[in-house]
Amino acid sequence: MRINLLQSVSVALLFTLSSDVFGQDSEIQVLKSELSALRSEYDARIAALETRLALAEQNASAASYVAEQQSVSDASGAAAFNPAIGVIFSGSAWNYSRDPDAYAVQGFPYGGEAGPIAEGLALGETEIIMNASVDDKFSAWLTAALAIEDGEAVVELEEAWVEATALPGGLGARFGRFYSGIGYLNSKHAHSWDFADQPLPYQAFLAGQMKDDGLQVRWLAPTDLYLELGAEAFRGGSYPASGAADSGYGSYSLFAKTGGDVGANSSWLAGVSWLDATAIERPSGDEDDPYLFSGDSNLLVAEFVWKWAPNGNWRERNFVFQAEYLARSEDGQYEGAGLGLTPYVNDQRGWYAQAVYQPRPRWRIGGRIDALSSDNPGLAYDGTQLAAPGSDPRRFSLMADWANSEFSRFRLQMTRDEAGLMDDNQWGLQYIHSIGAHGAHSF
Amino acid sequence: MNKIVFGMLLLFAPLAASARLSVFSCEPEWAALTDEIGGELVDSSSATTALQDPHYIQARPSLIARVRNADLVICSGAQLEIGWLPALLQKANNRNVRPGSRGYMEASSFVVRLDATGSADRSQGDIHPLGNPHVQTNPHNISAIAKAVASRMAELDPENSEAYSSGYENFISRWSAATLIWEQKAAPLAGKRIITHHKSWVYLEDWLQLVEMDNLEAIAGLPPTATHLSKLTTEFADGGADVIIRSPYQDAKPSKWLSERTGIPAIVLPLTIGGVEEATDLFALFDSIVERLLGAIE
Repeated sequence: MRINLLQSVSVALLFTLSSDVFGQDSEIQVLKSELSALRSEYDARIAALETRLALAEQNASAASYVAEQQSVSDASGAAAFNPAIGVIFSGSAWNYSRDPDAYAVQGFPYGGEAGPIAEGLALGETEIIMNASVDDKFSAWLTAALAIEDGEAVVELEEAWVEATALPGGLGARFGRFYSGIGYLNSKHAHSWDFADQPLPYQAFLAGQMKDDGLQVRWLAPTDLYLELGAEAFRGGSYPASGAADSGYGSYSLFAKTGGDVGANSSWLAGVSWLDATAIERPSGDEDDPYLFSGDSNLLVAEFVWKWAPNGNWRERNFVFQAEYLARSEDGQYEGAGLGLTPYVNDQRGWYAQAVYQPRPRWRIGGRIDALSSDNPGLAYDGTQLAAPGSDPRRFSLMADWANSEFSRFRLQMTRDEAGLMDDNQWGLQYIHSIGAHGAHSF
Repeated sequence: MNKIVFGMLLLFAPLAASARLSVFSCEPEWAALTDEIGGELVDSSSATTALQDPHYIQARPSLIARVRNADLVICSGAQLEIGWLPALLQKANNRNVRPGSRGYMEASSFVVRLDATGSADRSQGDIHPLGNPHVQTNPHNISAIAKAVASRMAELDPENSEAYSSGYENFISRWSAATLIWEQKAAPLAGKRIITHHKSWVYLEDWLQLVEMDNLEAIAGLPPTATHLSKLTTEFADGGADVIIRSPYQDAKPSKWLSERTGIPAIVLPLTIGGVEEATDLFALFDSIVERLLGAIE
């Protein structure tokens, strides 16, 4: 009985419920869709709010990336050292099959510091470099070289110049003692040379590198093509000038340089320079009994440099070809070294071409040919070192160097020298290391 | 007479054309940023490409000529360009862009630089005492720098200051929205362990919370050595890192070598615009960085 009652109640309930559910089916659907519409609307609103919140948070957190104050000023890094100080160490072990003390090139008695690298183990020049901005309109540079001469340490003032950095119209000016802007190699510091020594024409015509006391003005054209014009006036105290002629205005120079890129891989530089120097008793040849030249010495220099790196990515692989042609014309007179006062009018030429390849970081190999040629200054010079050489002086050099970093380099160089009085095979090892601030290298 | 006037007009034509603000950027990201803000008002070019190591650039004649004619020089700074930019500035004879003038900016000085050691001992390699200069790999840094760049451009070209201001507003709203999307997408990258060729990615690591396990370079700035690579092989033989990263201008061999021996995937990440094909502008650059990282860890 109880069971029946329960059964009937549940059946009734079931019936009622089910009839209720099925009866209101469509109404629920409507409600449901309204609810979901409402929900999606709110979802969109909530999403929008969330985005706004996230952006606000992001902006708040972005503030933490902004430097609170410009503690490090907009100055180039080198100025963090004030002044920037750097020291360059160099030395070599050079070997000759002939006596380098007796080395001389027929027709081209060397002046100044030109000549063979010291034989055997020897310290090269130790350079101390300091540079900094003077103020908002000037910067200054000092290079002092500590060298060993005849066993004594001597200090040489290599460079001491001030540069005007705030001139208008693409003008730049430098005054003091500096390397002349003529040619390509002349203004390169020794530590950035690709070979341990300067090529023959630089040794013969510029005593290695020409530096003097004077003033340089440069102008850079406001064109897309690089075009630089420069003019210099010097005291005339250093080779090929001498004796500070013309009341201390002994040398003048002009130069013009241009260059550009070829695609992404290559770039080039070309230039011509002219140096007009006056010499008064300019010594050359034997140090103790030198020839003395007085007169005009004019030099024309043509330079060309081609640099290549895949995609311009210098770091991994690169190749540099460079060549220069120098022509000297001298008109004056020689005396000394057993020579009476003798008129001297002569034209001489020299050139070098070199290629250096870096197949992978750290390693480089290179080759160089350098040569000289001379007209004959006349019968009066027969039997002297000033007479034209029988065959053109020339050398062939190979080098390989390894740099642990850009601040340390070791170099092996071999030279077949057919320039000296007797043919010579030379080879040597060289190191160049630098500490402290290191200026950027020019092209 | 007419001919003379016409001739004179021709003479001045190039001057009128160069009335646009001329911007010399050391790296492509800053050229792109000035383009985003200044649009047609600026004539922007980059000294380097993404395929070049910006530490080692030749101070080429073409670059000197471009600095000569620039109204604004913008570089990463923090000594990244110390090997070549000073030579360009010295040769260019342009007083308007000398360091210290309003025409010279270092992007990294407008953000918080990481890894500023203050010490300058080169036994630790090619380090940057002022901090890591590769600041462009965090979009928040780009935001901060964009603001500074926009105000500097407005200062140098006051006639168009409103245009730079609206250019900046437009850029920053798109950039903020994009940053949000990158951050949502890159959420799974948090905590992933990476090995990088050079310390080029510290700002990306900071942003996405990546963990730098090691570098392929044993000493910063010097090429990876065999000794160091074999040490890494042993160290990461059983994994221990999720991805090896190099930039397009870096030698591919070391990262491939390590990848083959450890099974850790090696990828190229564009450090700047143009580093990989799809990184065509600032937005695409970060799209690419995030996508490539996500692709590597899946």
